[in-house]
Amino acid sequence: MDVRDTPEQAELRRTARQLARELGPRTVADLDDEKRAERLARAVRDAGWLELRHDEGDGRPLAGGVEAAIIADALAGAVADVAFSGPVLAADLARRAGAEPAERAAVAFESDLTGAAVVSGAATATPLHAVDGMAGTDRAYVLVPDGDGYRLAQVPVGDARDGSDLTRAIRPVSAGASPSEVSARGRLLTEDDLASWTALGLALTSADLVGVMRGLLDLSVAYAAERRQYGVPVGSFQAVQHLLAEGRCLMEGALSAALHASWAVDHLGPDEARAAGRVAKAYSSRAARTVCETAVQVYGGMGNTWECIVHVYLRRALLSSRWFGDDGLQLHELQRTRLGASDGLS
Amino acid sequence: MDFRDSPAEGEFRERLRAWLVDNNPGLPASSTDDEYWARQAEWHTALYDAGFFGLSWPKRFGGHDLPSVYDVILDEELALAGAPPRPSLGYLVQGISTHGSEAIQERFLPGLISGRERWCQGFSEPDAGSDLAALRTTAKRDGDEYVITGHKIWTSYSDVADWCLVLARTDPDVPKHKGITAFAVPMDQPQIEQRPLPMMNGVTNEFGQVIFDGARVAAENRIGEPGEGWRLAMTVVSHEREPGELGFVGRYAKTVKDLERTVRADPGAFRSDQREAVAWAYVEVEMLRLHVCRRLSERLDGIDHGPGGSIDKLLMTWAEQTVGHAALSVAGSRAATDSDDVALKTYLYSRAQSVMGGTSQIQKNIIATRILGLPVA
Repeated sequence: MDVRDTPEQAELRRTARQLARELGPRTVADLDDEKRAERLARAVRDAGWLELRHDEGDGRPLAGGVEAAIIADALAGAVADVAFSGPVLAADLARRAGAEPAERAAVAFESDLTGAAVVSGAATATPLHAVDGMAGTDRAYVLVPDGDGYRLAQVPVGDARDGSDLTRAIRPVSAGASPSEVSARGRLLTEDDLASWTALGLALTSADLVGVMRGLLDLSVAYAAERRQYGVPVGSFQAVQHLLAEGRCLMEGALSAALHASWAVDHLGPDEARAAGRVAKAYSSRAARTVCETAVQVYGGMGNTWECIVHVYLRRALLSSRWFGDDGLQLHELQRTRLGASDGLS
Repeated sequence: MDFRDSPAEGEFRERLRAWLVDNNPGLPASSTDDEYWARQAEWHTALYDAGFFGLSWPKRFGGHDLPSVYDVILDEELALAGAPPRPSLGYLVQGISTHGSEAIQERFLPGLISGRERWCQGFSEPDAGSDLAALRTTAKRDGDEYVITGHKIWTSYSDVADWCLVLARTDPDVPKHKGITAFAVPMDQPQIEQRPLPMMNGVTNEFGQVIFDGARVAAENRIGEPGEGWRLAMTVVSHEREPGELGFVGRYAKTVKDLERTVRADPGAFRSDQREAVAWAYVEVEMLRLHVCRRLSERLDGIDHGPGGSIDKLLMTWAEQTVGHAALSVAGSRAATDSDDVALKTYLYSRAQSVMGGTSQIQKNIIATRILGLPVA
């Protein structure tokens, strides 16, 4: 066992953090700077990061869940307003279905955002959401039941709009959309495929939450050291110090669980990998909410304003927590598998 | 990044697992029962003799010179087998090997590691808890000896210890952190009185108070230089805060497994909040296990005696106290109607974790000022 980054992983972590810091928004107003956002999107694409889960040629992905999580963490640390997890998850699903990944595709999720949408009839019965597609995304993958498995199909999506998260787009799929074939020579997705894919989704959203915590703690600590009241920095008061110290611990614990989840994607069986993802997601969702709320508190009145960047982190955490299921859902699923028949709630 | 066993680690795991089949002493949990403390020495010796203890410590002192990650395997397999956790004394080994002379290390480490010589730690005093440097126990030079006078408290295993690692003031005229020196004091002398200190959950054999009334220690048993005691204490406590050094993950995982077994046996008998409490305890303990994997892997770059242990200590405390709450929740009314209930004792014991080894508040002070770099008030 050696769970340190390899030299290549450490280098990727450094590079990704640097890129996110340089091209991500520094202020809320920066979110409106389209030129900057385009430079960021181009840099992410040119780095080849959107192709990490493409087929290497033998059905396996070009890079591991660990590498994808390193990038997700780095981008979230700077609330980088660029699609990453969305296209990576779409490509991963396409690869598992033996389909050529479409560049401008995202995955459509059921309205609770916990899993890929399943369309049983000739058309979608309820509104769906395509999460975190890149600019120009015009279609979303859905699953169509076929025998013991699912066929990958696609539906058209509407224009991007903001959800809680100001850095990643949500695109609506209206009820009544008809799924069309994506590939003539694909294969059926099995329950195992979907468990492994869910494991990747849980790992990436957990890593995103870790990044949010890391970035926001850095900002909050710097602010507490600088902001003065009673003639001294507010960060010299134990009442404030202890909130930030707790936040740091939560971030470190979440990181340890999230690293394991990202490794598990490619090294454990589908059910085990998904369970590892559930542990990481349950812990990091709770941790991130506490850390983000701490940051709002440490920033005081300013932390509650639109122009203070804290809410951009908090809002991003809200989407990442919900996407693939929040702590409540993960605990419910862990109970079902670990504690046996339920109390009738499931 | 690889969480899997290497071939050598896998072989070690298999050997350990096979040994545990026949050698699990089936002791009750350390946190709830005096029997554990009475038989802990036996368990330590058995683990050591079979080659499963002191894994990362030097061979010349009885260890195995293995990477620290082997301790993760040990903790996992002990928990899986329902065996007692490994004895927690890595922090003493760290203190003695970092600050003791070669002669001190040769004299004391082999007995400490093998369990042939039992140790306790005389740091805290009734008026020197969080403010450890305010300690008032004195050591006065008398020829080739020092004479120790003072009152120590929270001294784990003091009733069975052969040696006590004592912090005493040797120079009252310098600032409080600079006048402290460490000694290995033999416990078997009439000038030392040991008083058990029963804990609120009824365990009486773990903690003690130790009164030194002119106890004698050879000057050669001084550990480190005169005045080096504070630095030694910081080395010791930084590791006393690490779950990877203490082996507590195994203890928590065993409790969670027991809780899961209880609920699985009769799922309909438990409410959703009780089930969620158990699931959350599982998540906390898994997080801690994985955190220990990461921290012990980092030791492949070299051991760090820095403030990072304070982060680990808080994560460990939250995990233990979450497990304590889950135990109480699952026990239901039993914990209120039976003072011998194991869940009641597990819960009550868990409250000590945010105090022992430095309170959670002290850990937060350390993290804020030494890790986050916030200004000291």
